[in-house]
Amino acid sequence: MKEKILIKGLYKRFGKSDVLKGIDLAVKEGEVVCVIGPSGSGKSTMLRCMNRLETASGGVIIVDGIVMSDKRVNINKARENIGMVFQSFNLFSHLTVRRNITLAPVELKKKKREEADRDALALLKRVGLEDKIDAYPHELSGGQKQRVAIARALAMAPDIMLFDEPTSALDPEMIGEVLQVMKQLATDGMTMVVVTHEMGFAREVADRVIFMSDGVILEEGLPENIFSDPKENRTREFLKRVMPA
Amino acid sequence: MNLTRTFTEATPLLLQGLRITVLISVLAILFGTLIGFFSCLIGLSKLRGLREISAVYIWIIRGTPMIVQAFIVYFGFPQLIQMFNPAFRISAFTAGLVTLSLNAGAYISEIFRGGISAVDKGQIEAARSLGLSRSITMVRVTLPQAIKIAIPSMVNQFIITIKDTSILSVIGLADIVNKAKVYVGASYQFFTTYILVAVYYLVIISVLMLVSQRVEKRFNYERKKL
Repeated sequence: MKEKILIKGLYKRFGKSDVLKGIDLAVKEGEVVCVIGPSGSGKSTMLRCMNRLETASGGVIIVDGIVMSDKRVNINKARENIGMVFQSFNLFSHLTVRRNITLAPVELKKKKREEADRDALALLKRVGLEDKIDAYPHELSGGQKQRVAIARALAMAPDIMLFDEPTSALDPEMIGEVLQVMKQLATDGMTMVVVTHEMGFAREVADRVIFMSDGVILEEGLPENIFSDPKENRTREFLKRVMPA
Repeated sequence: MNLTRTFTEATPLLLQGLRITVLISVLAILFGTLIGFFSCLIGLSKLRGLREISAVYIWIIRGTPMIVQAFIVYFGFPQLIQMFNPAFRISAFTAGLVTLSLNAGAYISEIFRGGISAVDKGQIEAARSLGLSRSITMVRVTLPQAIKIAIPSMVNQFIITIKDTSILSVIGLADIVNKAKVYVGASYQFFTTYILVAVYYLVIISVLMLVSQRVEKRFNYERKKL
């Protein structure tokens, strides 16, 4: 399987502080990578560098053969292929669920309006929300909003999906419905990078788990190895804190 | 003091003035909104030069009284231009409209800027992450929400603009205040005449407020029924 995401020596500085200090990472096609680690360790920043919502201070990022860190690259075109789901959902509050999903495909001339509407309905069925197609975001629960946000990202038919703590803003009883959708996506073969605090999900769904701390990847491996037999002290401490036995 | 007499005598004169007041207000609101929108957009431009133009414009307008601006446009600039073209003339109406539009434009520019910066940054990021360009994101995501946020302040500015037309009577604009002064000069009916003028202003501004309530309701997607 070929590499979908390739990161070499990624550096990111915010002012005087180094947030990412040399990240190397390769994600293969169809692979599900979960990124865990304490807050402030640079997980989200790394994810946001992948679609250039943050510009790297140094290093190379190649996504699907496109050098994202190259300033000359058509970033809008490249982003069409990389879906992103945010912690705070970020649905367009002035648009209905239907228009949230169809805005990008129609604007970017990928689809005619009728076709986009049909696809929106199909996507909503996939996330179990076809009855909410004409609702406005404020009429939805957190879990429903996040499922719509996933459908919106999928409407562009991306090859890669990035998830930035997709369940962190949710009430506990709504986390399951979102994880369920993500699990299905993983089963369908989507290449996914998921920054998450849901250790159960990482353990069950991830092909590989990455532990980040202080701007570096400290440890990575199969979920069972990371969770049952972490090599690094800091990984052990972190897991003890988030998963009290 | 005889209200009925003043009413019958002054009304034809005041209505002439009212027509000018309404006309110049409507035009100034229209041009002011266009100027403000344009100034706001160049104020957000990537090019520093364009941003500076917008900033200097707003600085000058906000930092000087409108009456001085009106004097400069009506008396100052014509004198300057007449050095090259002695036949140049500007009417009080044109000068007043230019002053009022530039004045409203500066404040409206700031209102739009405030509205745009109040839009949830996360939604803009979401739009960009889907591959939408800066400009499509602006038109389809940012502006519709910014306009909704800006409506109350815009209505406020429209009201100020309508009332500011009265200042232009000092450069000879034949607005309602000017006509009232003419009538008062002949009749000495200060109280009744100016009360009448106040009532006319109240009527215009109340109409504007009613219309704006309608508009605000239409933009309120958060209350729309399923």
